[in-house]
Amino acid sequence: MDWRKKDYLTREDMEALQQKRLQEVVQRVYHLVPFYKEKFDALGIKPEKIKSLEDLKHLPFTVKQDLRDHYPFGLFAVPLSQIVRIHSSSGTTGKPTVVGYTEHDLQVWTEVMCRSFAMAEVGPGDVVHNAYGYGLFTGGLGFHYGAEAVGAAVVPSSVGFTKRQLMLMKDFEATILCCTPSYALHLAEVAKEEGFDLQKDFRLRAGFFGAEPASEGLRKAVAEAWGIQYFEAYGLSEIIGPGVAASCPEGELHIFEDHFFPEIIHPETGEVLPEGEEGELVFTTLTKQGLPIIRYRTRDIASLYRAPCKCGRTIVRMGQVRGRSDDMLIVSGVNVFPSQVEHVLTQVEGLTPNYVIVVDKRGVLDVLEVWVEVDERVFTGDIGALENLKRKLEEELANALFLRARVKLVEPKTLERSMGKAKRVVDRRELEKNLK
Amino acid sequence: MRAKYAVKQLSIFLENRKGRLKEVTKVLAEAEVNIRALALAESAEFGILRLVVDNPEKARSVLSAAGFTVKEQDVFAVAVPDQPGGFYQVVRILAEDDINIDYTYAFVRGKDQAILIFKVPDELFEKALEAIVKGGLHLVEPIFFYGH
Repeated sequence: MDWRKKDYLTREDMEALQQKRLQEVVQRVYHLVPFYKEKFDALGIKPEKIKSLEDLKHLPFTVKQDLRDHYPFGLFAVPLSQIVRIHSSSGTTGKPTVVGYTEHDLQVWTEVMCRSFAMAEVGPGDVVHNAYGYGLFTGGLGFHYGAEAVGAAVVPSSVGFTKRQLMLMKDFEATILCCTPSYALHLAEVAKEEGFDLQKDFRLRAGFFGAEPASEGLRKAVAEAWGIQYFEAYGLSEIIGPGVAASCPEGELHIFEDHFFPEIIHPETGEVLPEGEEGELVFTTLTKQGLPIIRYRTRDIASLYRAPCKCGRTIVRMGQVRGRSDDMLIVSGVNVFPSQVEHVLTQVEGLTPNYVIVVDKRGVLDVLEVWVEVDERVFTGDIGALENLKRKLEEELANALFLRARVKLVEPKTLERSMGKAKRVVDRRELEKNLK
Repeated sequence: MRAKYAVKQLSIFLENRKGRLKEVTKVLAEAEVNIRALALAESAEFGILRLVVDNPEKARSVLSAAGFTVKEQDVFAVAVPDQPGGFYQVVRILAEDDINIDYTYAFVRGKDQAILIFKVPDELFEKALEAIVKGGLHLVEPIFFYGH
């Protein structure tokens, strides 16, 4: 089937397709992945019992830790000889999560990226400036191959060197920008400082922004600064990378549900919630061969809507991701777990001081601060020793997180006084405000 | 010599935040602890208040109870004539014996005497005391601080 038609299937046709694919993937994981066979057997579920989409709710969930526990290839459903690409998370504490793609998986990925780019009718004649990171991270290559497949010219600029990026965007007459929303705004601010006229000097008409939560304010600021249409790209590497969902010209985020079947569950009970209700987003991959995943818990809080969209697409829409159901932070597009910070503090001083992670915005960029209590175990009475401790912690955190963190040494009890005892993370960005 | 001349100094960790110094001194005032000498070291974000008081045990316990991080360290005090060259003669003696001074602070006592307080690396403490005595200078016994 032409991929251009898949976004417009009737609900009936879509569900028939999904049901057939679900039956296949359940059979596949049961027979090819010991992890799933054990889980199904323990619950007394035979793959034949899963007949309809309705039956999916009987299947067990998969969580990120399952991928870590089976590092590196334990959940793959094909031998390594059929894998043609491997991506991985940074995995700075414990094991990274590794994802593998067969040739067919890469075709699926390219297809969903084409469907994403189709939201802005990107095609021959467009110049796609791709400032997502190239490498183990799925962002760079995911957008890259999609843009090539729709016939656009791709500039694989990757991250960093902001001034050079601006020069390339101007000189190559980029029409489409792909990067994190905060970086898009940073680019705009640097361009202004450098004396560019954003409307006259650049030819941008649209951008695909993702890999971090973006508030309404940030979206608007990016769109206005560049004078472009803002498209959201939603994805996660465990499911495929970018291309799980993309927003249409109406601003509605459509999930490519013929490949990635979504459910919304209650984050605590695991019960499936009715359409429109907010809960944790869960995906089952319907077509993936290398790493098929059943009911993957994304930890993202969102909701689903199946009524056809004003744009004409019939595929399901998801509401804006309203937060994370666990404690993972996304800071400037980088995943940060409090446990990573704790690990560093323990490594550096051989003890676990009381600490709080504070995420804030400075201008448009995320800033990460780690407040560490100076108690009697750390304090020698020497000011130089404290300055060394601060510097060492900052170095080690940068190494572990791939992100700069500012360490602030504070008096004991400051943390409890100001944020409540058990709280390890204070997110002062707009996302936090939206949640309240 | 250490036992005889070591003066207990309290170092208190303070964030550079409005009112923190007031809090420390309030706790001490309410506990009727008398501050005999003080110095404040600062960096961009935090400071260390160093105190010699008349009752270090009591000061330490009330400050800890109030939630401050307190470290007790040994320093020594030298009495010199309050005149040009007074500080120099002590520093010269220490420098000639290769003793680093971590920091020092001073106050004037009466009409003609100055008291200089020195913090040196712990492993050089004994050596510093010997050098001062050998140089003919007058070490101040801790009772001078504690007795009042």
